Amino acid sequence: MAHNEVIFGLYNDEEDLLKAVKVANAKHLDIMDVYTPFPVHGLDPLLGLEESRLHIAGFIFGALGLLTAFLGMTWIFTKDWPIIFGGKPYWSVPAFIPITFELTVLFASIGMVVTFYIVNGLGPGVVNAYLDDRITDDKFCIAFDKHEVSTSSAESFFKSTGASEVHEKTI
Amino acid sequence: MSHYVSPIREPLITGSKTYHDITEDLVSPTEKVPTASWIIGFIIAISCLAFGLFCIAWTVWHGIGTWNLNRTIGWGWDITNFVWWIGIGHAGTLISAILLLFRQKWRTGVNRAAEAMTIFAVICAALFPGIHVGRAWVVFYFFPYPNTRGPLWPNFNSPLLWDLFAISTYFTVSLLFWYTGLVPDFATVRDRAKGFRKKIYNFLSFGWTGSAKHWQRWEALSLVLAGIATPLVLSVHTIVSFDFATSVIPGWHTTIFPPYFVAGAIFSGFAMVLTLMLITRKLLNLQDYITLAHIESMNKVILVTGTIVGVAYLTELFIAWYSGYVYEQFAFFNRALGPYWWSYFGMMFCNVVSPQFFWFKKIRRSIFWTFLLSIVINIGMWFERFVIIATTLARDYLPSSWSYYSPTWVEMGIFIGTIGLFFTFFLIFTRVAPVVAIAEVKSILKSSGDQYVGAHDPNGHHDDHGHHDDHGHHDTSHKESHASHDTSHAKGSETPVMVMEDELKKLEGIGPKISAVLKSSGVKTFEKLANTSVEDLQNILDTSEGNFGGNSPESWPEQAKLAFEGRWDELKDLQDRLDGGKY
Repeated sequence: MAHNEVIFGLYNDEEDLLKAVKVANAKHLDIMDVYTPFPVHGLDPLLGLEESRLHIAGFIFGALGLLTAFLGMTWIFTKDWPIIFGGKPYWSVPAFIPITFELTVLFASIGMVVTFYIVNGLGPGVVNAYLDDRITDDKFCIAFDKHEVSTSSAESFFKSTGASEVHEKTI
Repeated sequence: MSHYVSPIREPLITGSKTYHDITEDLVSPTEKVPTASWIIGFIIAISCLAFGLFCIAWTVWHGIGTWNLNRTIGWGWDITNFVWWIGIGHAGTLISAILLLFRQKWRTGVNRAAEAMTIFAVICAALFPGIHVGRAWVVFYFFPYPNTRGPLWPNFNSPLLWDLFAISTYFTVSLLFWYTGLVPDFATVRDRAKGFRKKIYNFLSFGWTGSAKHWQRWEALSLVLAGIATPLVLSVHTIVSFDFATSVIPGWHTTIFPPYFVAGAIFSGFAMVLTLMLITRKLLNLQDYITLAHIESMNKVILVTGTIVGVAYLTELFIAWYSGYVYEQFAFFNRALGPYWWSYFGMMFCNVVSPQFFWFKKIRRSIFWTFLLSIVINIGMWFERFVIIATTLARDYLPSSWSYYSPTWVEMGIFIGTIGLFFTFFLIFTRVAPVVAIAEVKSILKSSGDQYVGAHDPNGHHDDHGHHDDHGHHDTSHKESHASHDTSHAKGSETPVMVMEDELKKLEGIGPKISAVLKSSGVKTFEKLANTSVEDLQNILDTSEGNFGGNSPESWPEQAKLAFEGRWDELKDLQDRLDGGKY
């Protein structure tokens, strides 16, 4: 995040937060982001967040794993070094199923987790600016970008929706 | 959130916790100096680990000849221990994946520790085949990589190689699942830490902020990982059972093995989770998060899977007789009445008889009995693997090569070493990470916290209020400790007892809108409403946004008084007389 001037309010309860977000939507205040200590259900549609597409990444990586395993074993046992094991055909498909399955799962999970961290901008050694230490504890935060929402309208919004604290910060 | 939870559901979080209490209770064990019992436990565990490492070094130096394996009995304690540990490693992913898909809320109390247990158990398990191959330093030959020996590839048709893939995948996926769940909780630890500790946890938490979009993706990731980890966990023990089932050894060559091994794995995994969690719960004071309801649920899983295992044992016996195949018949006769009869009956008692005690609710909810039976089951499942492996091999097709096997001190030492490894890792884990998933427990607080469960039920309501009063002092003392911790925090605990949204709506004349208006003006409880004058209420309505002209608060304080005192019958009579909340 580049330098953003942020005004944010902290709420004590997720129900207050949900109501406040509804009010902000009604008043057409453009919310920069909402931070919560745990996933609050019902928040995503209010913020207009589209459903995550991570599962698509999972599917693509899974398909990649499946092909890698199956085509890899096929190539090795039919072209690169064909060996007869126990009188079975070189291309013994049923015997390839377990490893194909395992690699599908392995590729899908690794791919999805790595995608998750990259799209979120998270990872080992990443330092993000935090608005408040208590957001990971018991505070529910609504943040406005001061370029989008004027300080006075933000303050009156926080006051009317029962925010327990209002702060400003440059992050 | 006002999810409706049936009043007959037991609360999963007791002690009327607030969100901050949860953070405090679950993070503080990582912030304090270790207790004496932890240090003693750690010394014992690490001593066992050191002895195990010595025995491994001994094995590698002198060769597998230091074990008592012989030409007839090629698999002994090593593979028994391998299968035992892999089985134990099944509960973690079962709890975190399958129970997530089934929306079982009680998983949140135990999933973190069970996943950690899975990872450590899989490490212990993987050790055994690693050294059993003899030349442990070239064990990487198992992996198919372009090598200078041809390239010569492993045999992809072999169940032993499938096993390698299954276990490597299982370990990796469990680790990813576990760590992704830990990231938000590491952020919680980070935001309370100072100095160097903060730097460490900043690194570990990957810069987590708690943004709504991140949470949304986090939930999506957890769900998909759970979806693919579920078939994975079933595949792992299925493939372990293939190691036996695809052979031509009587007693191993049975199609019942995969389901029977998977049920046995879940059975032994839950037993180990209980053994560990009953100790951890006591030492870290987690009784409010791992309640009797959790223990009872796990005991029910043990009862079901234990009974499946019992049915499988009897089915094996029946099929051996019914098949008319003399070698198969002899294998089972030998198991039950041969030289290892004691391990067979140990297995039958521990795995089939002992879980049946859990039909009794008193035993399911007794810490003592649960702990005792969990140990018995752990032992029984070890015997099961020993019976399948060593007993079967001891009597093969040629009577001239029949043999008997008992382990040497080296084999026993390696087993003790893995137990030491397991507990060393687990004890370190309890010091550096929250043992209970903080964010997940917070997310079920409003539906499963004891101050909320039954709040919808008029009959249970009176008790509920009594409970609040009991905890009045508790809350105050928390506020104080809170304030000394961080003064700016004190403000946050002004509303330590949160009230259900629809509580005020129970009163005639109050709908969701007015309820919201009242709450934002500080009138959140029946008690407060009962003590607010009609004029003040009218004032609140007049000064709020929205048109409440048709609503009159004249009867609300009286209704609220009855509701607060739990006089629901009288309230109902009153409401019958009222007309839209007016006299």
